[in-house]
Amino acid sequence: MTALTTSPARGATGAWRAVLPQLAPFIGIFAVAMLLPFVSNDYWALIGTRAAIYWVLVSGLNLVVGFAGHLAIGYVALLTLGAYTTSVLVAGNVLPPLPVFAALPVAGCVGAVFGVIVGLPALRLRTFYFAMSTLGFATIVTQIALAWQSVTGGGVGIAGPEFAAPFNTAWGFYYLCIAFAAVATWMSANIAHSRYGRALIALRDAEVAAEATGISKPKMLISIFLLAGGLAAIAGGLFASLQTYITPDAFTFDLSVLFFIAILIGGRGSILGPLLGTIILTILPEIAAPLAAWSTFLYAVLLLVIVLAIPGGIAALLDFRNRRPLASHRAIVPRPAALADIVRKSAGGRTLTLRGIALNFGNVRAIDGLDLDVLPGRIHGLIGPNGSGKTTTLNVISGYYASKGGTMRLGEDALPPGMPAVRAARGIARTFQTPRVIGEASVLQNVMIGGTIEGQASFVEALLSLPRHHRDERMLATKARGLLGVVGLETLADVRADRLQHSELRFIEIARALMLDPDFLLLDEPAAGLSGDEIERLAALIRAISRRGTGVLLVEHHADLIFDICDEITVLNLGRILAAGTAAEIRTHKEVVSAYLGG
Amino acid sequence: MLASILASGLAAGAIYALVGVTYNTMFSTSRVMSFTSGQLAMLGGVFGSMFVLKLGLPIIVGLLLTLLGCALIGVVTELVAVRPVLKNLDQHLYVLSTLALALLIQQVVAIEWGTEPQPFPRLLGWGSGVWDEKFWLPVATCALVILGLEYLYRRTLVGRAFLAIAEDNFAARALGLPERNLRIASYALAGIIGGIAGFSGGELLLAFFANGALLNFYGFVPVALGGLGNNRGAIIGGIALGLFQQAANFLVGGIFSSVAVFTLFIVVLLAAPQGLFGSSTARRV
Repeated sequence: MTALTTSPARGATGAWRAVLPQLAPFIGIFAVAMLLPFVSNDYWALIGTRAAIYWVLVSGLNLVVGFAGHLAIGYVALLTLGAYTTSVLVAGNVLPPLPVFAALPVAGCVGAVFGVIVGLPALRLRTFYFAMSTLGFATIVTQIALAWQSVTGGGVGIAGPEFAAPFNTAWGFYYLCIAFAAVATWMSANIAHSRYGRALIALRDAEVAAEATGISKPKMLISIFLLAGGLAAIAGGLFASLQTYITPDAFTFDLSVLFFIAILIGGRGSILGPLLGTIILTILPEIAAPLAAWSTFLYAVLLLVIVLAIPGGIAALLDFRNRRPLASHRAIVPRPAALADIVRKSAGGRTLTLRGIALNFGNVRAIDGLDLDVLPGRIHGLIGPNGSGKTTTLNVISGYYASKGGTMRLGEDALPPGMPAVRAARGIARTFQTPRVIGEASVLQNVMIGGTIEGQASFVEALLSLPRHHRDERMLATKARGLLGVVGLETLADVRADRLQHSELRFIEIARALMLDPDFLLLDEPAAGLSGDEIERLAALIRAISRRGTGVLLVEHHADLIFDICDEITVLNLGRILAAGTAAEIRTHKEVVSAYLGG
Repeated sequence: MLASILASGLAAGAIYALVGVTYNTMFSTSRVMSFTSGQLAMLGGVFGSMFVLKLGLPIIVGLLLTLLGCALIGVVTELVAVRPVLKNLDQHLYVLSTLALALLIQQVVAIEWGTEPQPFPRLLGWGSGVWDEKFWLPVATCALVILGLEYLYRRTLVGRAFLAIAEDNFAARALGLPERNLRIASYALAGIIGGIAGFSGGELLLAFFANGALLNFYGFVPVALGGLGNNRGAIIGGIALGLFQQAANFLVGGIFSSVAVFTLFIVVLLAAPQGLFGSSTARRV
């Protein structure tokens, strides 16, 4: 009885104990920031304020650069935009003057809109192209600020907004900026530790797998561009007030470099790292005063060193947990029996039907008139020599290729060709021939990504850490842990996925796919690279999954596994069906034996 | 006015086209787009002004030293910013490493050379008005560079080896081509082309540290529009961009011309991410 009553309490303190080491550095930095006024002078108030303002911008940009992996190097443009919007609104040379606390949110909204406009190219372009387009935007904003004299004052400039008491002293304004910085940290951490943050990392490192779990790239990116743009513009408003007077010269490209490099020094996918990076880069030129002219040069050297020597940045240096050695000779022991408690039984009844599917790559007929029925609760094997169109068939079903002919139906409904991101919602999950796992995320996070579309909380709810968001997180984490138990990896839940061995990655992918409670599961060579024992356990696992009502389509080269577990088998050769039937029929089929099985 | 638009448009376009060819020359052997391309052209102007005006060397000596200096920077790019990150090209670390190197170059020039535009020597003293050499020299140089590259790629063994590596890196190495040396050579060649762009355009753009960032963008636009690695696309795109930009410049004013160029860039790329002359994307799954 006592055990029952004390266990929830222990659970709560346990949770705190797990979070505390992660929170401690932030609390420490905050404490130092609060104490700074009592141990230093106005000069440090200026530097501290500047660091806080920069961090308001960087905390948002970090989600774009560090989490989503888009190299936005021109973010000074949004700072400029926010600074001018706030100053112009407060000065009232376009509209009637606004109080500064009304002008800041307006600037935030303008920044959010422009954040999306600058970010839109990222939906189609990656890396160098996107970097260039943000760079081009930064150049243009400065030129417009120079030219639009009636509003911005041109080269002469415009007065920055003034805050009323108690924020009109150096330390008063400092505390205000620290408050903004703290809120920005809290919000970006909420997103980072929500299904949205995980989805961003998934899009960055495993875009194809992210689409297969139903993550919508445009929706995700637009949400964070709104947030990052808004934060950058608010930082701009505070920056204008700190400067007291702004001209286009105040917004040099060097600032963009500082923001960008702070994130890279900090490390991708971290919040503490970029925060430390921002503080270090703000202070660095100050303590080395003779070097002030060379500050950008120094940043560039730092950037080069970081990229070449420690691509993981500060965050990787501080990641002690993942330096502990893992047990060697780990055996994966799945417990299929536990499936019943975790995965809801498939409603079933629907059949996945392919009729006359055809697809060409150039002049090569990859698939030529394929008919296939995957029944609920049955295991359907798809075999054939290399290049016979097995994986291509999976890719047509999951929408990576749009077939040129034929129809796909799911029960009574047509399954539209192409559009991989809608498959998850229709109950189709899959694994990949080469495991597509996010190396920098933990095993648990990797599995949780599979359930992204199961979450209920909106982006705003996650941003503000509202109850529905917590319910989502608890639900996803519990289910993911349960599934890790099913595939036999629960002891590795908190380990970075890139430290695992190949066979373990295959089981992570299966667990991730099961997060959707799929009606249909497409497995692409799940046994490749597994040992004999592991293949037997895999067979038991696949059988258990199909018994829950899920239809399994299995592409595999291990003939033993196929004949052992499949209810139906389709044999492909050169994109056409060579034979179809039960395992016993296929095993004795004359052409199959001579073309594929040998003997 | 039409004559002015044509003269300045063709001149600027020729410079953009040459910077575009610089990007492509580096890209062809390494699959890397380097932020140092525009900086090389900037250095062409700064070195030229330094050797000829500051140090008083004869123009031909100044030109040779400029090209030597730019070739050296090209090789340094390969050694410092490209080779160390080639192992995992898919992580796109080259974007950051070449950006860092470009910033280093720009900052050193800003501090040691100054942040004000400085005059570039008059090279030949031919022509005036719209026929001034500052307009036709870049165009003529661009034409010469194209002829030279055509000769190199079609008639010489080294040029064919470049093409082989650009076509299929693995197959070229399997044939026994010295891939690493050819890559260094192509970066030196890119440095020379960038230097020529800056030197021939020096009278138009002056010796100015901020030209690097500017030419990085305006040189990349034709590459993006023409398709990566496609020199013909870069030249056509560069000339078209120069004419478009100068027409907008004369008709609606300087600020809006850069807005127009930026908008054009974004719209074309969103419509055709592989560029207008590029080939389709690779398989994803």
